[in-house]
Amino acid sequence: MLNASLAEMAAALQAKTISSVELTQLFLGRIQALNGRLNAFITLDVEKSIAQARAADARLASGQAAPLTGIPVAHKDIWLAKGWRTTCGSKMLENFVAPYDAHVIERFDAAGAVNLGKCNMDEFAMGSSNETSYFGPVRNPWNTDCVPGGSSGGSAASVASRMAPASTGTDTGGSIRQPAALCNVSGLKPTYGVVSRYGMIAFASSLDQGGPFAKSAQDLGLLLNVMAGFDSRDSTSLERPAEDYTRELKKPLQGLRIGLPKEYFGEGLSDDVRAVVETALRQYRDLGATTIDISLPNSGLSVPAYYVIAPAEASSNLSRFDGVRYGYRAPEYGDLNDMYCKTRAQGFGAEVKRRILVGTYVLSHGYYDAYYLKAQRIRRLIANDFAEAFKQCDVIMGPTAPTVAFKFGEKAADPVQMYLNDIYTIAANLAGLPAMSIPAGFGANGLPAGLHIVGDYFSEARMLNAAHQFQCATDWHLRQPEGI
Amino acid sequence: MSLTPEQVQRIALLARIELSEADLTPVRDKLNDIFAMIEQMQAVDTAGIAPMSHAQDLSLRLREDAVTEEDRHILYQSGAPRVENGLYLVPKVIE
Repeated sequence: MLNASLAEMAAALQAKTISSVELTQLFLGRIQALNGRLNAFITLDVEKSIAQARAADARLASGQAAPLTGIPVAHKDIWLAKGWRTTCGSKMLENFVAPYDAHVIERFDAAGAVNLGKCNMDEFAMGSSNETSYFGPVRNPWNTDCVPGGSSGGSAASVASRMAPASTGTDTGGSIRQPAALCNVSGLKPTYGVVSRYGMIAFASSLDQGGPFAKSAQDLGLLLNVMAGFDSRDSTSLERPAEDYTRELKKPLQGLRIGLPKEYFGEGLSDDVRAVVETALRQYRDLGATTIDISLPNSGLSVPAYYVIAPAEASSNLSRFDGVRYGYRAPEYGDLNDMYCKTRAQGFGAEVKRRILVGTYVLSHGYYDAYYLKAQRIRRLIANDFAEAFKQCDVIMGPTAPTVAFKFGEKAADPVQMYLNDIYTIAANLAGLPAMSIPAGFGANGLPAGLHIVGDYFSEARMLNAAHQFQCATDWHLRQPEGI
Repeated sequence: MSLTPEQVQRIALLARIELSEADLTPVRDKLNDIFAMIEQMQAVDTAGIAPMSHAQDLSLRLREDAVTEEDRHILYQSGAPRVENGLYLVPKVIE
C-alpha cells in the first residue's frame, strides 16, 4: 500500500480491503520509523489524524465517499489548519496554533482526506535547500548528506520516502518544482489564482501559489481537483468553472509541440542534468511529440527581477510579525520601537531578515523607480516572451534545476549562488503560468533530476497529460531511494 | 552600487530589525552581493514598458456592504503574547 497510487488506495478503501484508520496508521508508523533521519515533519497530531480517519471510514461505509476520502495527505507547514500548530518553519511562529483553516485545508477536509501532519520547510518559504528552517533541515532521502531542495522540502521528501502518499506545498519561485526534482517526485504549481491563498502564510502575494506533490502526474490531477476552486476570501482567486484535471490524461501525444528555450540549455546547466533532459526529450519524440527551438530572450533577467519583487512584497507581508498580535515577542525590551526591533531580530532567521532588508530598501523613498518599477517592467517583458513562445508551441520543457541535489553547507554561505538554483523556475511565477516537475532520470552520484514543463495559462490538464504519457512509458517516477 | 554602514542601519531601522555592530559588516557584505546581482536589470532598456504588478488583469471584486465576520477576538487573541481585557498590551506609547 505504501507504493500504491491514490486511485488504488481509493479503490482499496472502497472495497474495504483496508480502512482509513489502518492506512493512516501505516503511514504514521512509517513517519515514526523515518522522520528521525529525514526531519520532514515539524508537527504530528496522531489523535487528530486518527479521528479524521475514523470519520472517513464512516463516510466510506455510508457510500458517500469522494475520490480522496480516507487518504492521508501531508501539508506544508505554511497552511493554517485549525487547532494544529502552524510554524512556517520559523521561531516567530514556534508556538502558534492556527485559529482557522486555510481554504485548501477546508477543501481536503470536505473531500474526506486525512491530515497526516505538517511538513518542514524553509523559514517563511525563503530558501532552496531547507537549511533556513528553524526546526533544522530536511534531509534528502536519496542521500541524507544532501539537501532536499526548498522551500517545500519536507513535502517532497515525505512523498519520496513514502512517509506520505501525497502532500501539498507552495511555490513562489520554484518551491514546489525544485524540491520535486531533487527528491524524484512529481510536483505542480498551478496557474496563479487557481488555488486560493486564504490561510496560506504570505511570502510574496503576487507570486505565491499552492499546489500538490505526488508519486505521479495522475495523482497530481486528483489532488488538484480538490485544491482548485474559487474562494471569495482571496482577492486574486479566479472565478472559473470547475475542471476535472485528469480528463486529458489518456490522450496520445501525437502532435504535441514542445518548445525548447535555448536559454534553458546554456551555460550553468550541469552536463549530467542536460543528458537526463535530452534523453527525456527523445522519449517525448518517440511518443509522437515534436520539439521546436524557441527563445525566451529576457529569461536571464528573471532572477534579478524576482529578487526585487519577492523581497519587496515579503517586507510588507512580514511586517505583521511585530510581537503584538501573535507569535514571538522578545523577553526584554525598552519602548515600543525597541520591542519591535528586538522581537524581529530574534524571531526571524538570517535569510528572512536579509530579504526583508532588501525589500525595505527597494521600496524606500528615492529607490522605488530604479528597483521596484524597473523589476515590474522586466516582469512584463518576461511574460511577453512566454506569450510569443506559446504561439509556436503547446508546452515548454527544460531542466527544473541546474544540478542534482547538493551537499548541506555547499551554498548556504553565498545567497546569490543559492538563488541561482531557481534560475529555470522563477520566470513561470513572474508570468503566473502553470509549471511542473516530473522525475526524468538520474545524474551525478545517482541523484535524481527533474524535467520542467511550463504550460500556457489554465493548461494544467494538457500538462498533466504530457507528464502522464511520459510516466506510462518510463519508470523514473517509480524509482525509490535505497535503504529508506 | 555599494551600501554604506549608515545606509544598512537606516534600512534595518525602517524594517524594525535590530542589527548589532558585530552583524553589520557580514550583513552589509551579503546585501551588497545581492544588489550586485540585481544590478543586471540595468542591462535592458524598459522605456515604454508598462510595469506588471500582477499575473492576471483583475479588478477587485465588490460585495454587498454587509457584516460577514463574527466576533472571534477571544479565539484570535488566545495566541497573542500579552492581552488584558480584550486589549493587546504593548509598552506605553503616550505619557
